[in-house]
Amino acid sequence: MEGKVWKFGNDIDTDVILPGRYLIYNDEENLSKHCMEGLDEDFDKKAQKGDIIVGGTNFGCGSSREHAPMAIKGLGISAVVAESFARIFYRNACNIGVPLVEAPGISKKVSEGEKINIDLEKGIIKIASGEEIEFKKLPPFMLNILNNGGLIPWIKNNPDL
Amino acid sequence: MSMTMSEKILARASGKDKVEAGEIVMANINIAMVHDLTGPLAVKGFKEIGTEKVWDKEKIVVPFDHQVPADSIDSANNHILMRKFVKEQNITNFYDVNQGVCHQVLPELGHVRPGEVIVGADSHTCTYGALGTFATGIGSTDMAMVFATGKLWFKVPETIRYEINGDLKENTSAKDVILNIIGTVGADGSTYKACEFVGQTISDFDMSDRMVLSNMAIEMGGKVGLCEADKKTDEYLKGRTDKPYKGFISDKDANYETIEFDVSDLEPQLACPHNVDNVKPVSEVSKPVDQVFLGSCTNGRIEDMRDAAKILKGNKVADGTRMLVIPASKEVYSKCLDEGLIKIFVDAGALVTNPCCGPCLGGHVGLIGPDEVSLSTSNRNFKGRQGSPEGEVYLSSAKVAAASAIKGEISLPE
Ligand code: SF4
Repeated sequence: MEGKVWKFGNDIDTDVILPGRYLIYNDEENLSKHCMEGLDEDFDKKAQKGDIIVGGTNFGCGSSREHAPMAIKGLGISAVVAESFARIFYRNACNIGVPLVEAPGISKKVSEGEKINIDLEKGIIKIASGEEIEFKKLPPFMLNILNNGGLIPWIKNNPDL
Repeated sequence: MSMTMSEKILARASGKDKVEAGEIVMANINIAMVHDLTGPLAVKGFKEIGTEKVWDKEKIVVPFDHQVPADSIDSANNHILMRKFVKEQNITNFYDVNQGVCHQVLPELGHVRPGEVIVGADSHTCTYGALGTFATGIGSTDMAMVFATGKLWFKVPETIRYEINGDLKENTSAKDVILNIIGTVGADGSTYKACEFVGQTISDFDMSDRMVLSNMAIEMGGKVGLCEADKKTDEYLKGRTDKPYKGFISDKDANYETIEFDVSDLEPQLACPHNVDNVKPVSEVSKPVDQVFLGSCTNGRIEDMRDAAKILKGNKVADGTRMLVIPASKEVYSKCLDEGLIKIFVDAGALVTNPCCGPCLGGHVGLIGPDEVSLSTSNRNFKGRQGSPEGEVYLSSAKVAAASAIKGEISLPE
């Protein structure tokens, strides 16, 4: 996948990704209108389908609200790359089929607006300068869930757990 | 065969003799909790899976707490949806708008037992670790899987043991201990890890103090925040559950990292905007406050109400400052009434509301506006957490909150 980069800092928490007052919504479309509203009110208008979010350390810390990755998915963001992720966010995103890439050092190497290319199977990000950054591939168990399109399709394909 | 407490619990839950950090296991879940805000999405996921009946109608607990009573048509609709689901599935443990905050209600009503595995569609589910329970927050899709199968996959976490010793000073409390730890190790200082809280200070702590520590394990990225079950745990559970349970403790030669803290000289602590690990001693901060919030699953228990009432008795909340008191549950509220604490709060000029999450997550009552400052006994001070992203949230103990309400600015309890 290839997309334009939107950069965010360290400790991007679920309250800025999707503020608590919008938890009343249960669908991606309504949630996506408030994606990143805690930091940038117009993010939903600026971001385009296929764009990639690049964050610092501890991305997605805070609450267990799945509404946060849903808002990101609803905007059509194709992947989130960060130095590191908070645990619940990481699982939630994978469960709804949003690819997350943990790539230490990434935020210093890419700038906002540049195009990067991610190869999930090979574990390589190609940045605008042409440099290739390797990242640790997802554990096979999680890659499998992602390749099934998320946890629910995975359960349906694995009826006898 | 040495194992940590988490490894032992996950081994038991997945039917194995031994598991090791890093391994992925499929664990049987003892209790699953969803509330009014995260429930609807879990139900949606459950319906998508297509299983007709939940795996066990007695093991699902549904408390309403985040938006109670409903404050909008949308939240009323969420409540209707959840009530319908509870009825359809004959879920036995349903607590409507009058019972209180999930993480207070579950232990109080006997749904939390040592050695078991609890998942909740709420990040502060780790609170139950105070009773020696492997309890962690999950998202709604994970919960849909639990509803359908009673199982969930876990990566067995590595363990950090926080060994805490020393007697606390009179004006400090468990909240200061955990803020001090988070300030030291950072907001990602325990990411993916099982945190264990051990040592003399923890043995001396009662259940309420231990819950404060376990509750905030997630604020340093922890998967669970465990205390060893002991006599105090048994005492707490007496009359709350009649099911047998068995606690576990880590073997001495198990694989874990230890971080030591001596809290004998600890001063009252404050988490400053906009991160929980931005911690400073209260004595170094001077700041007028618009709103003081006493409550939440961190510090809305009877012990916190007593701490605050002792300071507020005969005093008034400062002009220009408003104070919101929200007992965490019906049980806490009722005890406050019996002990005359509500009168103390009301006479001091505070506003007392029904048990609920209140302004803690900025989705219900008591939101703050732009440039307003909130001092809160809850667990998160992220930008916009309690309302406007231009507002500021500071976190403290109940004692600091009460003293600050009287002065109208952040102050040390005497
Ligand atoms: S009191 Fe706050 S932290 Fe606790 S469950 Fe409610 S919203 Fe979450």
